[in-house]
Amino acid sequence: MDGFGSDYSSGGSGGKMDPGVIMEQVKVQIAVANAQELLQRMTEKCFKKCIGKPGSTLDNSEQKCIAMCMDRYMDAWNTVSKTYNSRLQKERARM
Amino acid sequence: MDGQGATADPQLQHFIEIESQKQRFQQLVHQMTEVCWEKCMDKPGPKLDSRTETCFVNCVERFIDTSQFILNRLEQTQRSRGSFSESLLD
Repeated sequence: MDGFGSDYSSGGSGGKMDPGVIMEQVKVQIAVANAQELLQRMTEKCFKKCIGKPGSTLDNSEQKCIAMCMDRYMDAWNTVSKTYNSRLQKERARM
Repeated sequence: MDGQGATADPQLQHFIEIESQKQRFQQLVHQMTEVCWEKCMDKPGPKLDSRTETCFVNCVERFIDTSQFILNRLEQTQRSRGSFSESLLD
């Protein structure tokens, strides 16, 4: 991903860049980075859970395990996010 | 990247502040999900059972407690031994 650096510098040399455009680009890049982060961690965790001994193919039971693991990882992610968020709310209310 | 462009535009600066804050939140969610997954998840089943969910909730709360405890204790050690930070820097 070389978008940020090149876009930013080209905006600087070619006059003022619309802040709205920058914000949109930043938002997209953050979303992409977060998706990649999730994908990477999920792949690592589900590989560990589901592939005991890597065989010559990804067999049916392994595929089923990975599919289930992905769903549970998303559940876990959402539970963690919700818990952390409500904890932050509570601490903000206490201040 | 020079910071002058951002400081010159308060709207953009505010946007960056908010997004950075959101990103720190997201990053910690990724991290805690990974840590608590190791602690709480046995074999992934067809749904997240309530026992596992409770484990995740407790895991997050205790992770934050741990982080705050460590921060407080480090602060205390630093206060009672004024040379703590200097000794770290040596």
